[in-house]
Amino acid sequence: MNGGVEKNRYIQYRKRILQLSQKIGALHIAPAFSCLEIVDAIYFKMMRLNSLKPVKYLDTFILSKGHGAMAQYVVLEHLGILLESDLNNLCQPSGKLGGHPDYGVPGIEASTGSLGHGLPIAIGMALADKVFKIDRMVYVVMSDGEMQEGSVWEAMLIAPNLGLNNLAVFVDSNDFQVLDRISKINPNFYPIKEKVQSFGWEAIEVDGHDSWLIYEKFIKRKGKTPLMVIANTVKGKGVSFMENNPIWNFKSPSKSEYESALKELDGGLLT
Amino acid sequence: MRDAFARTLYQIAKENPKLFIVVADISPAASMALFQKEFPDRFINIGVAEQSMIGVCAGLAMRGCTAFAYTIATFAVYRPFEQIRDDLCYQNIPVTVVGVGGGMAYSTLGGTHHAQEDVAVMSALPNMSVIAPCDPLETELATWTCSQSKGPVYLRLGKAGEPVLTADALEPFQFGKLRYLRRGEDVCILSYGPIMKMAMEIGKKIEETGQTVSVISVHTLKPLDKEGIALALKAHSKAIVIEEHSQEGGLSAKTKQIAWENNADCRLFTFSLKDSFLHTYGSQQDIWKAHGLDARSILNELLIS
Repeated sequence: MNGGVEKNRYIQYRKRILQLSQKIGALHIAPAFSCLEIVDAIYFKMMRLNSLKPVKYLDTFILSKGHGAMAQYVVLEHLGILLESDLNNLCQPSGKLGGHPDYGVPGIEASTGSLGHGLPIAIGMALADKVFKIDRMVYVVMSDGEMQEGSVWEAMLIAPNLGLNNLAVFVDSNDFQVLDRISKINPNFYPIKEKVQSFGWEAIEVDGHDSWLIYEKFIKRKGKTPLMVIANTVKGKGVSFMENNPIWNFKSPSKSEYESALKELDGGLLT
Repeated sequence: MRDAFARTLYQIAKENPKLFIVVADISPAASMALFQKEFPDRFINIGVAEQSMIGVCAGLAMRGCTAFAYTIATFAVYRPFEQIRDDLCYQNIPVTVVGVGGGMAYSTLGGTHHAQEDVAVMSALPNMSVIAPCDPLETELATWTCSQSKGPVYLRLGKAGEPVLTADALEPFQFGKLRYLRRGEDVCILSYGPIMKMAMEIGKKIEETGQTVSVISVHTLKPLDKEGIALALKAHSKAIVIEEHSQEGGLSAKTKQIAWENNADCRLFTFSLKDSFLHTYGSQQDIWKAHGLDARSILNELLIS
């Protein structure tokens, strides 16, 4: 169960993203709401710090589902790695943050946005760490829709061959791609867990909106092989009219929609 | 050339403990055995998975390693194009993509194995450098250059058995600079890659007519030595480009552009592969001939003109 502090943080994240959406024609809101608790759990509960002031991590995080950028931005803002002004200038000529994570921006370790790129890059990083015996984890957040890319399956075959138990992939499994449900477009994608296990990975399934549960499952991993956590989520989580509705993949709410979304979040509907 | 590459890479690996080669189930053969034996952790056969080959190299380089990706040129460039663009070029990551058998080297294997527009495609990418050595000696120097690069490089190699052409070169190999192999006053021939051998033979034939000929290795296609080419166009009354590459976006097209930009008043002749898939087989020279790239056709055209 998410505690009171976390719950409050998750509401604040969502309100911040909605606030920023009011300045921009369209934003990937629902894909960010879907993975907020996963991203937060990785940064706050799993990744080890190198220094506290400024906040620097020993471990690596790659948001392979780059369209979830807002989730990473608000977490990085909360950590002080990104500044409030960075987010306020989102997608502006004067700013440094765009609609997808860009390598070189503080806290961003790979440019993503085209799907299926993060996992092979993470494998290269984890491989270097293995060869040079550096104690470091590489965390990847991928989307279930992204897993339709062939490069993901290539990389899934490869990672266990290289003995990369320093690699943990979290699948934001919300059963949506841009136009429709994955289970409708690509029903043979399921079951995911068994497929992943048959590729030589340790695979576990968890409620992707419960950060403590995600963490608990993670620390109980066997840790002999790469790990894939299939985190079941709701696309648009936290705002009822955005949940499970594909139009909110890339859209900014109108003023009245924005206000009613804020009201819902203040009402604490988020569990 | 691939042996020279493998030998050189082994030498670099002895000095650089962070050098990796990631191959997609194609290896520079026997000459790589020593590397593999001495540095098994740093020779990775990723499997038949070119997209991952590039992505993994990007990840290695982002951890401070020197990474070479290696396979047949068509597979190195075309299958993982977006990984090269996004992971290497957009992020400006120092990875060398080695394409073996660039041009029509795999002449019996059909168009799926012919990298006839690879230089154009790779040159179009911001941050990418493109190097195409003409013989084993240039391959050695190019491989060292790639290992020192701060950004991505496409290294276009021939296959095996190319003769040494540059032992008597008048100038050293310098990244981004033209290299005069011979110097004459009347005609200059610009070429790169293994077809340089034919370019040199054509140069000799032209000299038999009493004209003196410069032969220039344009081993670095990007960044192209535009200034050097402009000077060559100025210094000779006739310029000839011979390349084993499509007429679209290769050295021929670029030399024409440079000539226009510099008001060159020399005569310019370009010989490239046709913008066409020919579906023909035979030796590499047979394929060149089918594209009109043989010494006799080229000399005929030069004589008529």
